[in-house]
Amino acid sequence: MGLLNKLDDPYEGGGIVLGKVEELLNWGRSKSDWYLHFGLACCAIEFMAMNASHFDFMRFGTIPRTSPRQADFIMITGTVTFKMADRIKVLYEQMAEPKYVISVGSCSNSGGPYWEHGYHVLKGVDLIIPVDVYIPGCPPRPEAFEEGMIQLQKKISQQAIFNKRKKLGIE
Amino acid sequence: MSEIKRMDLEYSQLDSDRMRINVGPQHPSTHGVLRLEVEVDGEIVTEVVPHLGYLHRSFEKHCERMTYQQIIPYIDRMDYISAMNNEWPYVMALEKMLDIKVPEKVEYLRVIVSELNRIANHQIAVATFGLDAGAFTPFLFYFRDREYIIWILEKLSGARLLYNYFRVGGMAADIYPTFKQEVLDVVAKVRKTNAEIMNLLIYNSIFIKRTAHVGILTPEVAINYGCSGPVLRGSGVAHDLRRDEAYSVYDRFDFEVPVGKGEVGVVGDSWNRNMVRVNEMEQSCRIIEQAIAQMPDEGDVTALIPKRIKIPKGEVYMRAENPKGDLGFYIVSNGTDKPERLKARGASFVNLSVIPEISKGYMFADLILILGSIDIVLGEVDR
Repeated sequence: MGLLNKLDDPYEGGGIVLGKVEELLNWGRSKSDWYLHFGLACCAIEFMAMNASHFDFMRFGTIPRTSPRQADFIMITGTVTFKMADRIKVLYEQMAEPKYVISVGSCSNSGGPYWEHGYHVLKGVDLIIPVDVYIPGCPPRPEAFEEGMIQLQKKISQQAIFNKRKKLGIE
Repeated sequence: MSEIKRMDLEYSQLDSDRMRINVGPQHPSTHGVLRLEVEVDGEIVTEVVPHLGYLHRSFEKHCERMTYQQIIPYIDRMDYISAMNNEWPYVMALEKMLDIKVPEKVEYLRVIVSELNRIANHQIAVATFGLDAGAFTPFLFYFRDREYIIWILEKLSGARLLYNYFRVGGMAADIYPTFKQEVLDVVAKVRKTNAEIMNLLIYNSIFIKRTAHVGILTPEVAINYGCSGPVLRGSGVAHDLRRDEAYSVYDRFDFEVPVGKGEVGVVGDSWNRNMVRVNEMEQSCRIIEQAIAQMPDEGDVTALIPKRIKIPKGEVYMRAENPKGDLGFYIVSNGTDKPERLKARGASFVNLSVIPEISKGYMFADLILILGSIDIVLGEVDR
């Protein structure tokens, strides 16, 4: 134990790390994202496989929540129909800021195979809510889910928290 | 274990207000986007109204616009848990219309991939049923084993979930050299996990208390509603198209049709329906082993696939035993390369219709278990 401690901790008795508060906050935010899983169709089965053995989605610090009020991001996994679209919008609006959206699979990205004749299919969930990360595939492989999650973490860790307007050049 | 769980409505009416509760359309226990409008008296369910259409993906419209080969991927997306089984009755119907006799090797390959997919489907069904009852470990065990099946199907077809592997007159690709040995290894793994699950979940006294005597479906009601698959067999009716109609080469295999026997609870309750699925996995393993032994080595599985399909005028109905029940396709052809009309008879849709009948009088928490024991998939309900 003593040897391991020395290897792991070169600064005896704890050390000091200098950095920006923003980076610290973003580091924490990006490593523990709770998600509202919105399983709609086939992609939800791949997402179940993603959550189970072999892939273990929770190692990204993600915990599934069943209430939108506790969620940091929402995963739209499957075909969004017109009947479902207004529910997705309501659930997205119920989520607390900051909030993110991952669109999983061809159907929710663009309508997918139902693009041409799907008279009851929304042609992309980005028509009703803003999407941060698109995961392609029909359905995507679990490895694609991992890549999507890494991309979302990357996006969160680069975001501005303070002086947003100044950085954007609005003021 | 002989207590009767169903509440007698006459005695439970304590002049309390009836309340209507929405379950779904997005709820982890509705197995998809089903919405149930439930009327409860206290905690006792008095009425259930299922609302459908949240995953209506215009299947029949697509069939009218696509050529016969292009329809196969859309059929995958109906019952997306068992895509291989879905494709089979469709290509069988077209082969019947075109009068194609598929080679022996193709028939055996179809049996093997369909039975593998049946095992994968029942693994998900039992795993999520355990999840509904509060058991998480069987879910992890079954998904670990399901992944091995998925890998085999992926090596064959190139896709993990929606395969598009069946073709009219053959299969999309031939088997790979180590296929037979890998299938036998997976069968051994399935059997080992099932033996563990017996102690872990099936005969677990907590699980029995939650599921036995819950959602009793009598054989008369099941037949009147047109139920099929494990739902019908759980009620003690030994109806299996693989044995009764013996399509393809199923008449060459020695297997049993498991039915609910009521060793725990009564015949037709949730426990027995679930038990039928576990027993069917064993029977599928037996069929796979026999098929592997009988399968001829030589033969080209892609030889008879026609480049362009033009079905002669007429109509055909073909059905097959899916993991969820009977799946039938009714095709009306007008002599072109696109069907005039294609109607699918989905087992999940029919099986779902008994929910209002069998869930009245039970506790609200039992409703979730009854729904889990029916094992629906909303892609097939709404289509």
